[in-house]
Amino acid sequence: MSFQIKEPPTEFDVVIVGSGAGGGMAAYQLAKAGAKVALLEAGGYYDPADPKYITQLKWPYESPRRGASTPFRNFGDFDAAWGGWEIAGEPYTRKNGTEFDWFRSRMMGGRTNHWGRISLRFGPNDFRRKSIDGLGEDWPIDYDTVAPYYDQVDKLVGVFGEANGLPNDPDSIFLPPPKMRLHEFLLKDAGKKAGVPVYPNRLSILTKPINNERGSCFYCSQCNRGCQAYADFSASSVLVIPAVKTGNVTLTTNAMVREVLTDQTTGLATGVSYVDREKLTEHVIKGKIVVLAASACESARLLMNSKSARHPNGLANSSDVAGKYLHDSTGASRGAFVPKLMDRKRYNEDGVGGAHIYSPWWLDNKKLDFPRGYHIEYGGGMGMPGYGFGWGMENTNGKYPGADGKMKEAGGYGASLKDDYRRYYGAYIGMSGRGEAVASADNYCEIDPTTVDKFGIPVLRFSYKWSDYEIKQAKHMQDTFEEIIEAAGGIASGTKPGADSNYGLAAPGRIIHEVGTTRMGNDPKTSVLNGHNQAHDAKNVFVVDGGAFVSQADKNPTWTILALSWRASDFIIDQVKKKNI
Amino acid sequence: MKRRESLRALTLSTFGVAAINPQELLAERRELDKVMGTPPAEVGFGRTAEEAVHDAKLMAEKYFTDKELATLAILSDIIIPADSKSGSASQSGVPQFIEFMVKDQPYWQTPFRGGLQWLDRESQKRFNKVFTGLSKEQRLKIVDDIAYPEKAKPDMSQGVAFFNNMRNFTATGFFSSKIGIDDIGYMGNRPNVWDGVPADVLQKYGYRYEG
Repeated sequence: MSFQIKEPPTEFDVVIVGSGAGGGMAAYQLAKAGAKVALLEAGGYYDPADPKYITQLKWPYESPRRGASTPFRNFGDFDAAWGGWEIAGEPYTRKNGTEFDWFRSRMMGGRTNHWGRISLRFGPNDFRRKSIDGLGEDWPIDYDTVAPYYDQVDKLVGVFGEANGLPNDPDSIFLPPPKMRLHEFLLKDAGKKAGVPVYPNRLSILTKPINNERGSCFYCSQCNRGCQAYADFSASSVLVIPAVKTGNVTLTTNAMVREVLTDQTTGLATGVSYVDREKLTEHVIKGKIVVLAASACESARLLMNSKSARHPNGLANSSDVAGKYLHDSTGASRGAFVPKLMDRKRYNEDGVGGAHIYSPWWLDNKKLDFPRGYHIEYGGGMGMPGYGFGWGMENTNGKYPGADGKMKEAGGYGASLKDDYRRYYGAYIGMSGRGEAVASADNYCEIDPTTVDKFGIPVLRFSYKWSDYEIKQAKHMQDTFEEIIEAAGGIASGTKPGADSNYGLAAPGRIIHEVGTTRMGNDPKTSVLNGHNQAHDAKNVFVVDGGAFVSQADKNPTWTILALSWRASDFIIDQVKKKNI
Repeated sequence: MKRRESLRALTLSTFGVAAINPQELLAERRELDKVMGTPPAEVGFGRTAEEAVHDAKLMAEKYFTDKELATLAILSDIIIPADSKSGSASQSGVPQFIEFMVKDQPYWQTPFRGGLQWLDRESQKRFNKVFTGLSKEQRLKIVDDIAYPEKAKPDMSQGVAFFNNMRNFTATGFFSSKIGIDDIGYMGNRPNVWDGVPADVLQKYGYRYEG
């Protein structure tokens, strides 16, 4: 270790912290415009097409644990995302009985290496929820402002879907959607009976080629492993690698940023300091503009840790709003067994990674006892066996007649049991609700006064409680799931989650859609950023990750992060040209 | 990369790297590394350096005794025997899989070791021999008392819990092996073009694509 601080001689036009969706987009747009960009990533280099990283198209038996979860990859041995809910040497803490879990992915592309590629635009109502239900806050910008950027993201990144003309689920410029799988026909039918509309899914997967740099989908269903053909959206393959190719980006991996440095006279940012995660050397990178995209909570942590005489409460935090209004999507799930799908004919139905269908929010909250909506994601099919396959057969095989038509005792062993696994294969369905929580100042992350990580950086402490709004929404999800399962002729697994478990409502953080910690707004007293993702308190500081969100819709956040980051990049270019920053 | 090129590259990589058993590959590389004094090698499925080191360390350890492994092999073959379609659990490597898993997820160690002890104790009580020394009929007499959770006698509950674990690990280990994947008939994990559910299947379930 060295305490000598290393400074490269150059001052960059822009220093970007984080290489995920927000940082990748900003790096790409700013570099294309000619800016000299330093892109800092806290984790290692990653390219899904480099054989040394590839887990795609590997077989379960290539992993000694058959793909089970590990501390190094919480979503299993083949998932692309390194890291997870706990990272050795990088703790976070909780208070007030909080259950918040924080997923971090330390690698190029960040958490775009692990996501469902569900790419939904926010709708007009999602930017003005307070005007509709009196809760939370309206955004300082509206759908029409963001729509041109959604269009550009659609064209640059690619998304499949079907134009359905729904009022609050605006259509993208779609590539053709893949055809439904068998269980998806069943679910669509069941949805019709249960009054839940089912549409083709909207995923950023290339069902047709869109340029010469990226291939198209070859239907292995493994987007979560990273695509060596670059046929899905990951920030690494679609944004960061092309950004580096412009020649204007200096990418530094293993750069764990400590704080944003500021000028004591002007209060403006002058660069950042970081520690090299592997060598533990200390560095400073100077830049005229600093763009934070380290993830909602990590960017808030950075601002709060950037204290100075000029910014005693942390940078861009005179409002004391940084860290507050933290909210994740709600999530609840249910699975079911469908007897009529037993003894299925075998064929390859891998399809794309994720469901080919989904259900956008279909009801009017004014007629319900909770204020915000949710969408439903579906699962099922003859997937690749891996760790967990066949688990719990003793809970199922006593309930249905065997191949000979006779009932048998649950559990068992031998040839008859072996045959059960074959007969039950592909006969399960699952569904998950993903809903909007109401942002509240009472849910927040703050700097823990007593704990530092292994680099000596003060860590985050979380305080978060679901309210009745979210709990009642989860109850509605469970009721809906049962209606769909019943209409599908399925038998729901286990017992229905009840009030004692908040109706199966996942702990906050578990859906990995947390946003809101550096929210935008017109009033510097109640927001960290203005409507251009620019800090009220320091005009050359921007935050372009989910932290800027005023409210998370009943959608997934990535498409909106990408659109807002592109818009903020255009604003930066415009402001530099006008010599305003 | 264009689609056709990417398909060709994929086929090559699956034949090249995937055909090699990663454990063997790693063991070979470990020997090589020891001789060459180089850092531990990565196995062929995208491991990071810390993952490769972690897995190599686990593989170098031994948890179960040979006697315990022999019992695991017998039990796994009772649960999934060879039949006209495919081989048995032990032929697919289930005992080695369980050996790795209890080192990887150590909270399984006591349930397995204790369950195996429970089984030997029960065998001694009934037949004066440990489980591996019993005849096929004697083994099944005990297994029949612990393999059916809903009709098992209350004083067999610890045995039932152990056998449930054993059944689950055997099923997962077998059907995620090459033998098991062929048996279950999974036909994916290869580049292809998805053009919907086959016509005969659609017809059987009464569905059709619109438009």
